Amino acid sequence: MNTLVLGEHENGFVKPSSLNAVSAAKAIGEDNSVSLLLAGSGPELRDAASRAASSHPSISQVLVADSDVLKHPLAEPWAELVHLVQKKCGYSYIVSASSSFGKNVLPRAAALLDVSPITDVTEILEPRLFIRPIYAGNALCTVRYTGANPCMLTIRPTSFSLPHNADTTSDAASISQVDLSTFTEDTLGKSTWLNNTSQNTERPDLGNANIVVTGGRGLKSAENFKLLEKLAEKLGAAVGATRAAVDAEFVPNDLQVGQTGKIVAPQLYMAFGVSGAIQHLAGMRDSKVIVAINKDADAPIFQVADYGLVADLFKVIPEMLEKIPEK
Amino acid sequence: MKIMVAVKRVVDYAVKIRVKPDKSGVDTTNVKMSMNPFCEIALEEALRIKESGAASEVIAVSAGPAQSAETLRTGLAMGADRAIHVETGGAALHPISVARILQALVESEKPGLLILGKQAIDDDCNQTGQMVAGLLKWPQGTFASKVILDKERQVATVEREVDGGLETLCLNLPAVITTDLRLNQPRYATLPNIMKAKSKVIKKVTPEDLNVEIKSDLQVVQISEPPKRKAGVILSSVDELIDKLKNEARVL
Repeated sequence: MNTLVLGEHENGFVKPSSLNAVSAAKAIGEDNSVSLLLAGSGPELRDAASRAASSHPSISQVLVADSDVLKHPLAEPWAELVHLVQKKCGYSYIVSASSSFGKNVLPRAAALLDVSPITDVTEILEPRLFIRPIYAGNALCTVRYTGANPCMLTIRPTSFSLPHNADTTSDAASISQVDLSTFTEDTLGKSTWLNNTSQNTERPDLGNANIVVTGGRGLKSAENFKLLEKLAEKLGAAVGATRAAVDAEFVPNDLQVGQTGKIVAPQLYMAFGVSGAIQHLAGMRDSKVIVAINKDADAPIFQVADYGLVADLFKVIPEMLEKIPEK
Repeated sequence: MKIMVAVKRVVDYAVKIRVKPDKSGVDTTNVKMSMNPFCEIALEEALRIKESGAASEVIAVSAGPAQSAETLRTGLAMGADRAIHVETGGAALHPISVARILQALVESEKPGLLILGKQAIDDDCNQTGQMVAGLLKWPQGTFASKVILDKERQVATVEREVDGGLETLCLNLPAVITTDLRLNQPRYATLPNIMKAKSKVIKKVTPEDLNVEIKSDLQVVQISEPPKRKAGVILSSVDELIDKLKNEARVL
Protein backbone atom coordinates (compact mmCIF):
# COMPACT_ATOMS: atom_id res chain seq x y z
CA MET A 1 0.00 0.00 0.00
CA ASN A 2 1.39 3.37 -0.97
CA THR A 3 -0.06 6.85 -0.97
CA LEU A 4 0.70 10.08 -2.71
CA VAL A 5 -0.15 13.16 -0.66
CA LEU A 6 -0.45 16.45 -2.52
CA GLY A 7 1.40 19.04 -0.46
CA GLU A 8 0.99 22.79 -0.30
CA HIS A 9 3.73 25.09 0.87
CA GLU A 10 4.09 28.77 1.63
CA ASN A 11 7.18 30.85 2.44
CA GLY A 12 9.30 27.71 2.56
CA PHE A 13 7.06 25.78 4.94
CA VAL A 14 4.64 22.94 4.27
CA LYS A 15 1.12 23.97 5.26
CA PRO A 16 -0.24 22.22 8.37
CA SER A 17 -3.30 21.01 6.44
CA SER A 18 -1.00 18.98 4.15
CA LEU A 19 0.45 17.30 7.24
CA ASN A 20 -3.12 16.50 8.36
CA ALA A 21 -3.46 14.78 4.98
CA VAL A 22 -0.35 12.72 5.82
CA SER A 23 -2.02 11.70 9.10
CA ALA A 24 -5.11 10.65 7.12
CA ALA A 25 -2.93 8.57 4.80
CA LYS A 26 -1.51 6.79 7.85
CA ALA A 27 -5.06 6.21 9.11
CA ILE A 28 -5.79 4.20 5.94
CA GLY A 29 -3.24 1.60 6.98
CA GLU A 30 -0.26 1.36 9.32
CA ASP A 31 1.89 -0.16 6.56
CA ASN A 32 1.05 2.67 4.19
CA SER A 33 4.13 4.19 2.62
CA VAL A 34 3.54 7.91 2.18
CA SER A 35 5.13 10.14 -0.45
CA LEU A 36 4.56 13.87 -0.15
CA LEU A 37 4.51 15.68 -3.49
CA LEU A 38 5.61 19.32 -3.50
CA ALA A 39 5.70 21.51 -6.58
CA GLY A 40 6.90 24.98 -7.30
CA SER A 41 10.20 26.55 -8.21
CA GLY A 42 13.34 27.97 -6.71
CA PRO A 43 14.69 28.21 -3.14
CA GLU A 44 11.27 28.41 -1.48
CA LEU A 45 10.48 24.96 -2.84
CA ARG A 46 13.86 23.59 -1.75
CA ASP A 47 13.36 24.98 1.77
CA ALA A 48 9.87 23.54 1.97
CA ALA A 49 11.13 20.14 0.80
CA SER A 50 13.96 19.93 3.30
CA ARG A 51 11.69 20.99 6.15
CA ALA A 52 8.94 18.63 4.97
CA ALA A 53 11.33 15.67 5.11
CA SER A 54 11.31 15.78 8.91
CA SER A 55 7.93 17.39 9.49
CA HIS A 56 5.86 14.25 10.05
CA PRO A 57 7.05 10.78 11.10
CA SER A 58 4.79 9.09 8.53
CA ILE A 59 6.41 10.66 5.48
CA SER A 60 8.75 8.15 3.86
CA GLN A 61 9.62 10.18 0.80
CA VAL A 62 9.36 13.75 -0.42
CA LEU A 63 8.89 14.18 -4.17
CA VAL A 64 9.85 17.54 -5.60
CA ALA A 65 8.61 18.89 -8.94
CA ASP A 66 10.63 21.97 -9.75
CA SER A 67 9.44 23.94 -12.77
CA ASP A 68 8.47 27.51 -13.62
CA VAL A 69 5.17 26.14 -14.90
CA LEU A 70 4.42 25.07 -11.33
CA LYS A 71 5.44 28.35 -9.70
CA HIS A 72 1.81 29.07 -8.80
CA PRO A 73 -0.47 26.24 -7.70
CA LEU A 74 -2.65 26.28 -10.82
CA ALA A 75 -4.99 23.34 -11.36
CA GLU A 76 -3.99 22.65 -14.98
CA PRO A 77 -0.26 21.84 -14.56
CA TRP A 78 -0.84 20.30 -11.11
CA ALA A 79 -3.43 17.84 -12.44
CA GLU A 80 -1.02 16.87 -15.24
CA LEU A 81 1.73 16.45 -12.68
CA VAL A 82 -0.38 14.13 -10.52
CA HIS A 83 -1.30 12.16 -13.65
CA LEU A 84 2.37 11.84 -14.61
CA VAL A 85 3.52 10.76 -11.15
CA GLN A 86 0.66 8.27 -10.85
CA LYS A 87 1.45 6.72 -14.26
CA LYS A 88 5.04 6.26 -13.18
CA CYS A 89 4.58 5.06 -9.60
CA GLY A 90 1.11 3.51 -9.47
CA TYR A 91 -0.03 4.63 -6.03
CA SER A 92 -2.98 2.90 -4.40
CA TYR A 93 -4.20 6.19 -2.87
CA ILE A 94 -3.91 9.87 -3.70
CA VAL A 95 -4.86 12.19 -0.82
CA SER A 96 -5.07 15.94 -0.38
CA ALA A 97 -6.45 18.25 2.28
CA SER A 98 -9.82 19.65 1.25
CA SER A 99 -8.37 23.15 1.15
CA SER A 100 -9.20 25.46 -1.74
CA PHE A 101 -6.07 24.03 -3.42
CA GLY A 102 -7.06 20.38 -2.91
CA LYS A 103 -10.65 20.94 -3.97
CA ASN A 104 -9.43 22.71 -7.10
CA VAL A 105 -6.73 20.23 -8.15
CA LEU A 106 -7.70 16.73 -7.02
CA PRO A 107 -11.01 16.32 -8.92
CA ARG A 108 -9.35 17.51 -12.12
CA ALA A 109 -6.54 14.99 -11.65
CA ALA A 110 -9.14 12.31 -10.86
CA ALA A 111 -10.91 12.97 -14.16
CA LEU A 112 -7.61 12.51 -16.01
CA LEU A 113 -7.20 9.17 -14.22
CA ASP A 114 -10.89 8.23 -14.72
CA VAL A 115 -11.52 7.89 -10.99
CA SER A 116 -14.43 9.02 -8.79
CA PRO A 117 -12.85 11.04 -5.99
CA ILE A 118 -14.34 11.26 -2.51
CA THR A 119 -14.56 14.77 -1.10
CA ASP A 120 -14.17 15.94 2.48
CA VAL A 121 -13.60 12.62 4.23
CA THR A 122 -13.90 12.96 8.02
CA GLU A 123 -13.39 9.34 9.02
CA ILE A 124 -11.66 6.29 7.55
CA LEU A 125 -13.46 3.10 8.67
CA GLU A 126 -11.68 0.57 6.48
CA PRO A 127 -9.07 1.03 3.77
CA ARG A 128 -11.81 1.69 1.19
CA LEU A 129 -14.70 2.74 3.44
CA PHE A 130 -15.14 6.37 4.38
CA ILE A 131 -17.49 8.77 6.12
CA ARG A 132 -18.16 12.20 4.70
CA PRO A 133 -20.71 14.86 5.62
CA ILE A 134 -23.45 15.75 3.12
CA TYR A 135 -26.26 18.33 3.23
CA ALA A 136 -24.01 20.80 5.06
CA GLY A 137 -23.21 18.25 7.75
CA ASN A 138 -26.87 17.49 8.46
CA ALA A 139 -26.29 13.91 7.35
CA LEU A 140 -23.29 11.60 7.20
CA CYS A 141 -22.66 9.40 4.18
CA THR A 142 -20.75 6.14 4.51
CA VAL A 143 -19.29 5.42 1.10
CA ARG A 144 -17.20 2.57 -0.30
CA TYR A 145 -14.78 3.02 -3.15
CA THR A 146 -15.16 0.01 -5.47
CA GLY A 147 -13.12 1.24 -8.43
CA ALA A 148 -9.56 0.49 -9.52
CA ASN A 149 -6.42 2.14 -8.10
CA PRO A 150 -5.86 4.87 -7.20
CA CYS A 151 -8.52 5.68 -4.64
CA MET A 152 -8.59 9.48 -4.43
CA LEU A 153 -9.64 11.49 -1.38
CA THR A 154 -9.73 14.98 -0.05
CA ILE A 155 -9.78 14.93 3.72
CA ARG A 156 -11.04 17.45 6.23
CA PRO A 157 -7.89 18.63 8.04
CA THR A 158 -9.56 19.12 11.44
CA SER A 159 -10.56 15.44 11.49
CA PHE A 160 -7.01 14.05 11.28
CA SER A 161 -4.76 15.36 13.99
CA LEU A 162 -1.01 15.76 13.82
CA PRO A 163 1.29 13.63 15.96
CA HIS A 164 2.45 15.25 19.19
CA ASN A 165 5.53 17.43 19.08
CA ALA A 166 7.75 14.79 20.66
CA ASP A 167 7.26 12.48 17.68
CA THR A 168 8.13 15.01 15.03
CA THR A 169 11.85 14.76 15.60
CA SER A 170 11.80 11.79 13.27
CA ASP A 171 14.49 10.80 10.82
CA ALA A 172 14.40 12.89 7.70
CA ALA A 173 12.70 11.23 4.75
CA SER A 174 14.51 10.98 1.44
CA ILE A 175 13.98 13.76 -1.08
CA SER A 176 13.83 13.00 -4.78
CA GLN A 177 13.16 15.05 -7.85
CA VAL A 178 10.29 14.20 -10.16
CA ASP A 179 11.56 13.68 -13.69
CA LEU A 180 9.63 16.29 -15.64
CA SER A 181 11.23 15.56 -19.02
CA THR A 182 8.03 13.88 -20.20
CA PHE A 183 5.83 16.57 -18.67
CA THR A 184 3.46 17.37 -21.48
CA GLU A 185 1.05 19.96 -20.37
CA ASP A 186 -1.62 20.30 -23.04
CA THR A 187 -3.29 23.13 -21.24
CA LEU A 188 -0.07 25.03 -20.63
CA GLY A 189 -0.49 28.76 -20.99
CA LYS A 190 -4.28 28.55 -21.13
CA SER A 191 -4.43 29.97 -17.63
CA THR A 192 -2.23 32.62 -16.10
CA TRP A 193 -1.86 33.62 -12.48
CA LEU A 194 -2.29 37.38 -12.05
CA ASN A 195 -2.31 38.15 -8.34
CA ASN A 196 -3.28 37.22 -4.84
CA THR A 197 -4.70 39.48 -2.17
CA SER A 198 -4.33 38.09 1.28
CA GLN A 199 -4.75 39.54 4.69
CA ASN A 200 -1.50 38.91 6.49
CA THR A 201 -1.96 39.04 10.22
CA GLU A 202 0.04 38.06 13.24
CA ARG A 203 -2.81 35.96 14.54
CA PRO A 204 -2.93 32.17 14.16
CA ASP A 205 -4.45 30.67 11.03
CA LEU A 206 -8.21 30.16 11.28
CA GLY A 207 -8.05 26.51 10.24
CA ASN A 208 -5.47 25.56 12.91
CA ALA A 209 -6.11 27.87 15.85
CA ASN A 210 -6.86 26.43 19.30
CA ILE A 211 -9.30 29.23 20.00
CA VAL A 212 -11.57 30.92 17.47
CA VAL A 213 -13.69 33.99 18.20
CA THR A 214 -16.36 34.64 15.61
CA GLY A 215 -18.54 37.63 14.94
CA GLY A 216 -21.89 37.68 13.19
CA ARG A 217 -24.29 40.32 11.98
CA GLY A 218 -24.67 41.36 15.63
CA LEU A 219 -21.26 43.06 15.46
CA LYS A 220 -22.98 45.69 13.27
CA SER A 221 -19.89 47.20 11.60
CA ALA A 222 -16.32 46.67 10.43
CA GLU A 223 -15.25 49.10 13.14
CA ASN A 224 -16.78 46.91 15.85
CA PHE A 225 -14.88 43.88 14.59
CA LYS A 226 -11.75 45.60 15.96
CA LEU A 227 -13.16 44.97 19.42
CA LEU A 228 -13.34 41.28 18.59
CA GLU A 229 -9.79 41.39 17.25
CA LYS A 230 -8.60 42.81 20.55
CA LEU A 231 -10.18 39.91 22.37
CA ALA A 232 -8.61 37.48 19.88
CA GLU A 233 -5.22 39.02 20.52
CA LYS A 234 -5.60 38.60 24.23
CA LEU A 235 -6.63 34.96 23.87
CA GLY A 236 -4.13 34.12 21.13
CA ALA A 237 -7.16 33.27 19.01
CA ALA A 238 -8.06 33.46 15.33
CA VAL A 239 -10.95 35.63 14.20
CA GLY A 240 -13.82 34.16 12.20
CA ALA A 241 -17.04 35.53 10.79
CA THR A 242 -20.41 34.41 9.54
CA ARG A 243 -21.51 34.72 5.95
CA ALA A 244 -23.80 37.59 6.96
CA ALA A 245 -20.84 39.53 8.39
CA VAL A 246 -18.76 38.89 5.25
CA ASP A 247 -21.62 39.85 2.92
CA ALA A 248 -22.09 43.07 4.89
CA GLU A 249 -18.35 43.69 4.23
CA PHE A 250 -17.39 43.89 7.89
CA VAL A 251 -14.48 41.51 7.15
CA PRO A 252 -12.90 39.82 4.09
CA ASN A 253 -14.15 36.50 2.72
CA ASP A 254 -11.28 34.38 4.02
CA LEU A 255 -12.60 34.72 7.57
CA GLN A 256 -15.90 33.03 6.75
CA VAL A 257 -16.70 29.94 8.79
CA GLY A 258 -19.38 27.64 7.44
CA GLN A 259 -20.50 25.17 4.80
CA THR A 260 -18.92 27.14 1.99
CA GLY A 261 -16.25 28.88 4.04
CA LYS A 262 -13.72 27.35 6.40
CA ILE A 263 -14.40 24.32 8.54
CA VAL A 264 -12.91 24.76 12.00
CA ALA A 265 -12.76 22.51 15.07
CA PRO A 266 -10.83 24.38 17.76
CA GLN A 267 -10.67 23.61 21.49
CA LEU A 268 -12.76 26.71 22.16
CA TYR A 269 -15.16 28.42 19.77
CA MET A 270 -16.76 31.67 20.94
CA ALA A 271 -19.59 33.10 18.85
CA PHE A 272 -20.56 36.74 19.35
CA GLY A 273 -23.78 38.00 17.81
CA VAL A 274 -24.09 34.85 15.72
CA SER A 275 -27.62 33.54 15.19
CA GLY A 276 -26.54 30.03 14.20
CA ALA A 277 -27.77 29.33 10.65
CA ILE A 278 -27.30 25.65 9.68
CA GLN A 279 -24.74 26.66 7.07
CA HIS A 280 -22.67 28.28 9.80
CA LEU A 281 -23.08 25.40 12.25
CA ALA A 282 -21.77 23.07 9.52
CA GLY A 283 -18.45 24.86 9.77
CA MET A 284 -17.93 24.71 13.54
CA ARG A 285 -20.05 21.94 15.06
CA ASP A 286 -17.01 19.76 15.76
CA SER A 287 -15.42 22.36 18.05
CA LYS A 288 -14.69 20.95 21.49
CA VAL A 289 -16.29 23.72 23.56
CA ILE A 290 -18.77 26.17 22.06
CA VAL A 291 -19.67 29.45 23.74
CA ALA A 292 -22.47 31.67 22.44
CA ILE A 293 -23.08 35.28 23.39
CA ASN A 294 -26.26 36.74 21.91
CA LYS A 295 -28.94 39.19 22.98
CA ASP A 296 -31.63 36.97 21.48
CA ALA A 297 -32.36 34.09 23.87
CA ASP A 298 -34.08 32.20 21.03
CA ALA A 299 -31.07 32.23 18.69
CA PRO A 300 -30.47 28.67 17.38
CA ILE A 301 -26.77 28.92 18.27
CA PHE A 302 -27.73 28.29 21.92
CA GLN A 303 -28.94 24.81 20.94
CA VAL A 304 -25.39 23.71 20.18
CA ALA A 305 -23.50 25.85 22.70
CA ASP A 306 -21.97 24.32 25.83
CA TYR A 307 -22.13 27.71 27.55
CA GLY A 308 -24.51 30.47 26.64
CA LEU A 309 -24.76 34.06 27.76
CA VAL A 310 -27.87 36.03 26.85
CA ALA A 311 -26.35 39.48 26.88
CA ASP A 312 -25.24 42.47 24.85
CA LEU A 313 -21.91 41.60 23.26
CA PHE A 314 -20.84 45.25 23.40
CA LYS A 315 -20.91 44.97 27.18
CA VAL A 316 -19.55 41.42 27.34
CA ILE A 317 -16.44 41.89 25.19
CA PRO A 318 -15.01 44.86 27.17
CA GLU A 319 -15.74 43.01 30.40
CA MET A 320 -13.96 39.92 29.13
CA LEU A 321 -11.00 42.01 27.98
CA GLU A 322 -10.74 43.30 31.50
CA LYS A 323 -11.23 40.02 33.34
CA ILE A 324 -9.45 37.41 31.28
CA PRO A 325 -6.00 36.91 32.73
CA GLU A 326 -2.95 37.70 30.59
CA LYS A 327 -1.47 34.66 28.91
CA MET B 1 -20.42 32.79 -28.43
CA LYS B 2 -22.68 30.35 -26.63
CA ILE B 3 -22.60 29.82 -22.89
CA MET B 4 -23.60 26.48 -21.42
CA VAL B 5 -24.78 26.33 -17.82
CA ALA B 6 -25.21 23.10 -15.89
CA VAL B 7 -27.99 23.08 -13.29
CA LYS B 8 -29.00 20.52 -10.69
CA ARG B 9 -32.29 19.80 -8.95
CA VAL B 10 -31.81 19.49 -5.19
CA VAL B 11 -33.77 19.64 -1.95
CA ASP B 12 -34.58 23.32 -1.39
CA TYR B 13 -31.95 25.03 0.74
CA ALA B 14 -34.53 26.12 3.34
CA VAL B 15 -35.82 22.58 3.97
CA LYS B 16 -34.62 20.85 7.12
CA ILE B 17 -33.69 17.43 5.75
CA ARG B 18 -34.71 14.14 7.35
CA VAL B 19 -32.62 11.01 7.23
CA LYS B 20 -34.74 7.89 6.52
CA PRO B 21 -35.00 5.57 9.54
CA ASP B 22 -33.58 2.63 7.52
CA LYS B 23 -30.51 4.77 6.71
CA SER B 24 -31.02 4.25 2.98
CA GLY B 25 -30.96 7.96 2.20
CA VAL B 26 -32.53 11.34 2.80
CA ASP B 27 -36.30 11.59 2.60
CA THR B 28 -37.32 13.46 -0.56
CA THR B 29 -41.01 12.54 -0.74
CA ASN B 30 -43.24 15.61 -0.45
CA VAL B 31 -40.16 17.77 0.02
CA LYS B 32 -39.76 21.04 -1.87
CA MET B 33 -37.15 20.72 -4.59
CA SER B 34 -35.39 23.68 -6.23
CA MET B 35 -32.50 24.63 -8.43
CA ASN B 36 -29.21 24.33 -6.50
CA PRO B 37 -28.41 27.89 -5.29
CA PHE B 38 -24.90 27.83 -6.77
CA CYS B 39 -26.40 26.81 -10.14
CA GLU B 40 -28.77 29.81 -9.98
CA ILE B 41 -25.71 32.02 -9.54
CA ALA B 42 -24.07 30.29 -12.53
CA LEU B 43 -27.13 30.88 -14.70
CA GLU B 44 -27.41 34.50 -13.55
CA GLU B 45 -23.78 35.12 -14.51
CA ALA B 46 -24.35 33.63 -17.98
CA LEU B 47 -27.44 35.80 -18.47
CA ARG B 48 -25.53 38.93 -17.43
CA ILE B 49 -22.73 38.13 -19.86
CA LYS B 50 -25.30 37.68 -22.63
CA GLU B 51 -27.03 40.94 -21.69
CA SER B 52 -23.69 42.74 -21.84
CA GLY B 53 -23.42 41.66 -25.47
CA ALA B 54 -20.53 39.23 -25.01
CA ALA B 55 -22.58 36.09 -25.68
CA SER B 56 -25.36 35.22 -28.10
CA GLU B 57 -27.10 32.30 -26.45
CA VAL B 58 -27.44 30.68 -23.02
CA ILE B 59 -28.14 26.94 -22.91
CA ALA B 60 -29.20 25.36 -19.62
CA VAL B 61 -28.46 21.66 -19.25
CA SER B 62 -29.23 19.13 -16.54
CA ALA B 63 -28.67 15.43 -15.99
CA GLY B 64 -31.11 13.56 -13.78
CA PRO B 65 -34.55 11.98 -13.51
CA ALA B 66 -37.69 13.16 -15.36
CA GLN B 67 -38.35 15.87 -12.74
CA SER B 68 -35.09 17.64 -13.64
CA ALA B 69 -37.10 19.11 -16.53
CA GLU B 70 -38.88 21.30 -13.94
CA THR B 71 -35.55 22.77 -12.88
CA LEU B 72 -34.68 23.44 -16.52
CA ARG B 73 -38.07 25.13 -16.93
CA THR B 74 -37.11 27.43 -14.03
CA GLY B 75 -33.86 28.16 -15.85
CA LEU B 76 -35.75 29.02 -19.02
CA ALA B 77 -38.02 31.32 -16.98
CA MET B 78 -34.95 33.09 -15.61
CA GLY B 79 -33.89 33.75 -19.18
CA ALA B 80 -31.99 30.78 -20.68
CA ASP B 81 -32.74 30.46 -24.42
CA ARG B 82 -33.09 26.70 -24.56
CA ALA B 83 -32.40 23.61 -22.51
CA ILE B 84 -31.12 20.07 -22.79
CA HIS B 85 -32.24 17.38 -20.37
CA VAL B 86 -30.11 14.26 -20.16
CA GLU B 87 -32.55 11.77 -18.72
CA THR B 88 -30.73 9.31 -16.49
CA GLY B 89 -33.73 7.73 -14.74
CA GLY B 90 -33.12 6.54 -11.23
CA ALA B 91 -29.47 5.57 -11.65
CA ALA B 92 -27.05 6.90 -9.02
CA LEU B 93 -25.20 9.68 -10.76
CA HIS B 94 -21.73 10.58 -9.52
CA PRO B 95 -19.78 13.67 -10.61
CA ILE B 96 -17.54 11.70 -12.98
CA SER B 97 -20.58 10.60 -15.00
CA VAL B 98 -22.03 14.11 -15.01
CA ALA B 99 -18.64 15.41 -16.16
CA ARG B 100 -18.62 12.88 -19.04
CA ILE B 101 -22.18 13.87 -19.98
CA LEU B 102 -21.23 17.57 -19.95
CA GLN B 103 -18.11 16.82 -21.98
CA ALA B 104 -20.29 15.17 -24.66
CA LEU B 105 -22.74 18.09 -24.65
CA VAL B 106 -19.90 20.60 -24.95
CA GLU B 107 -18.44 18.67 -27.86
CA SER B 108 -21.73 18.87 -29.77
CA GLU B 109 -22.78 22.41 -28.77
CA LYS B 110 -19.32 24.01 -28.75
CA PRO B 111 -19.92 26.78 -26.18
CA GLY B 112 -17.15 29.27 -25.41
CA LEU B 113 -17.83 29.08 -21.71
CA LEU B 114 -19.21 26.42 -19.40
CA ILE B 115 -20.44 27.75 -16.05
CA LEU B 116 -21.43 25.57 -13.10
CA GLY B 117 -22.10 26.04 -9.41
CA LYS B 118 -19.05 25.17 -7.33
CA GLN B 119 -20.99 22.47 -5.51
CA ALA B 120 -24.49 21.10 -5.04
CA ILE B 121 -25.92 21.57 -1.58
CA ASP B 122 -27.09 17.95 -1.37
CA ASP B 123 -23.96 15.83 -1.85
CA ASP B 124 -21.53 18.76 -1.33
CA CYS B 125 -19.05 17.11 -3.71
CA ASN B 126 -17.49 20.17 -5.33
CA GLN B 127 -16.02 18.12 -8.19
CA THR B 128 -17.99 18.28 -11.44
CA GLY B 129 -16.63 21.56 -12.82
CA GLN B 130 -13.03 20.61 -12.18
CA MET B 131 -13.58 17.16 -13.71
CA VAL B 132 -15.21 18.35 -16.92
CA ALA B 133 -12.47 20.99 -17.30
CA GLY B 134 -9.88 18.20 -17.02
CA LEU B 135 -11.67 15.99 -19.55
CA LEU B 136 -11.98 18.87 -22.02
CA LYS B 137 -8.41 20.09 -21.34
CA TRP B 138 -9.90 23.52 -20.75
CA PRO B 139 -8.58 25.95 -18.14
CA GLN B 140 -10.68 26.29 -15.00
CA GLY B 141 -11.62 29.18 -12.74
CA THR B 142 -13.25 27.63 -9.68
CA PHE B 143 -14.99 29.38 -6.75
CA ALA B 144 -15.38 32.58 -8.77
CA SER B 145 -16.44 35.77 -7.00
CA LYS B 146 -15.93 38.01 -10.04
CA VAL B 147 -15.81 37.31 -13.78
CA ILE B 148 -14.80 39.81 -16.44
CA LEU B 149 -15.04 38.69 -20.03
CA ASP B 150 -12.87 40.28 -22.70
CA LYS B 151 -14.53 39.49 -26.01
CA GLU B 152 -11.69 40.96 -28.11
CA ARG B 153 -8.87 39.00 -26.50
CA GLN B 154 -11.08 35.95 -25.87
CA VAL B 155 -10.08 35.72 -22.22
CA ALA B 156 -11.91 35.70 -18.91
CA THR B 157 -10.41 37.30 -15.81
CA VAL B 158 -11.64 35.37 -12.81
CA GLU B 159 -11.31 36.39 -9.18
CA ARG B 160 -11.45 33.28 -6.97
CA GLU B 161 -12.21 32.82 -3.29
CA VAL B 162 -9.29 30.84 -1.87
CA ASP B 163 -8.24 29.98 1.69
CA GLY B 164 -5.85 32.90 2.00
CA GLY B 165 -8.07 35.56 0.43
CA LEU B 166 -8.66 36.23 -3.25
CA GLU B 167 -6.72 34.99 -6.25
CA THR B 168 -7.03 36.38 -9.77
CA LEU B 169 -6.46 34.25 -12.87
CA CYS B 170 -6.66 34.96 -16.56
CA LEU B 171 -8.19 32.11 -18.59
CA ASN B 172 -8.11 31.65 -22.35
CA LEU B 173 -11.52 30.80 -23.75
CA PRO B 174 -13.05 28.30 -23.97
CA ALA B 175 -12.98 27.77 -20.23
CA VAL B 176 -14.88 26.33 -17.27
CA ILE B 177 -15.98 28.59 -14.42
CA THR B 178 -17.56 27.46 -11.14
CA THR B 179 -19.39 30.01 -9.03
CA ASP B 180 -19.09 30.98 -5.40
CA LEU B 181 -21.76 32.73 -3.35
CA ARG B 182 -20.63 36.30 -3.76
CA LEU B 183 -20.48 36.34 -7.56
CA ASN B 184 -23.95 37.82 -8.01
CA GLN B 185 -27.52 37.92 -6.72
CA PRO B 186 -29.69 35.73 -8.98
CA ARG B 187 -32.87 37.26 -10.39
CA TYR B 188 -36.36 35.94 -9.82
CA ALA B 189 -38.35 34.73 -12.78
CA THR B 190 -41.15 37.18 -13.55
CA LEU B 191 -44.64 35.98 -14.41
CA PRO B 192 -44.41 37.02 -18.09
CA ASN B 193 -41.09 35.17 -18.35
CA ILE B 194 -42.54 32.09 -16.68
CA MET B 195 -45.29 32.13 -19.31
CA LYS B 196 -42.79 32.66 -22.12
CA ALA B 197 -40.65 29.79 -20.83
CA LYS B 198 -43.49 27.36 -21.45
CA SER B 199 -42.95 27.63 -25.17
CA LYS B 200 -39.18 27.27 -25.03
CA VAL B 201 -37.66 23.96 -26.04
CA ILE B 202 -36.25 21.34 -23.67
CA LYS B 203 -34.47 18.75 -25.77
CA LYS B 204 -34.36 15.28 -24.23
CA VAL B 205 -31.42 12.96 -24.73
CA THR B 206 -30.16 9.85 -22.95
CA PRO B 207 -26.63 8.99 -21.84
CA GLU B 208 -26.65 6.31 -24.58
CA ASP B 209 -27.38 8.99 -27.19
CA LEU B 210 -24.25 10.77 -25.95
CA ASN B 211 -22.27 7.54 -25.82
CA VAL B 212 -21.63 7.96 -22.09
CA GLU B 213 -21.59 5.03 -19.72
CA ILE B 214 -22.84 5.81 -16.20
CA LYS B 215 -19.97 4.78 -14.00
CA SER B 216 -20.46 3.34 -10.54
CA ASP B 217 -17.18 3.06 -8.71
CA LEU B 218 -18.73 4.36 -5.51
CA GLN B 219 -21.23 2.56 -3.33
CA VAL B 220 -23.22 4.45 -0.74
CA VAL B 221 -23.42 2.07 2.22
CA GLN B 222 -25.61 4.18 4.46
CA ILE B 223 -26.78 7.70 5.25
CA SER B 224 -26.99 8.45 8.96
CA GLU B 225 -27.70 11.36 11.26
CA PRO B 226 -24.72 13.17 12.72
CA PRO B 227 -24.27 12.84 16.47
CA LYS B 228 -26.35 15.51 18.16
CA ARG B 229 -24.72 18.21 20.23
CA LYS B 230 -26.53 18.73 23.48
CA ALA B 231 -27.50 22.24 24.40
CA GLY B 232 -25.46 23.26 27.40
CA VAL B 233 -26.15 25.72 30.16
CA ILE B 234 -27.16 29.36 30.08
CA LEU B 235 -24.94 31.36 32.41
CA SER B 236 -25.72 34.62 34.10
CA SER B 237 -22.50 36.61 34.00
CA VAL B 238 -19.11 37.05 32.38
CA ASP B 239 -17.50 36.03 35.68
CA GLU B 240 -19.36 32.75 35.64
CA LEU B 241 -18.38 32.16 31.99
CA ILE B 242 -14.68 32.77 32.63
CA ASP B 243 -14.84 30.52 35.68
CA LYS B 244 -16.49 27.69 33.67
CA LEU B 245 -14.02 28.00 30.82
CA LYS B 246 -11.08 27.93 33.22
CA ASN B 247 -12.15 25.37 35.78
CA GLU B 248 -14.76 23.16 34.12
CA ALA B 249 -13.88 23.06 30.42
CA ARG B 250 -10.23 23.89 31.05
CA VAL B 251 -9.80 25.71 27.76
CA LEU B 252 -8.57 29.09 29.03
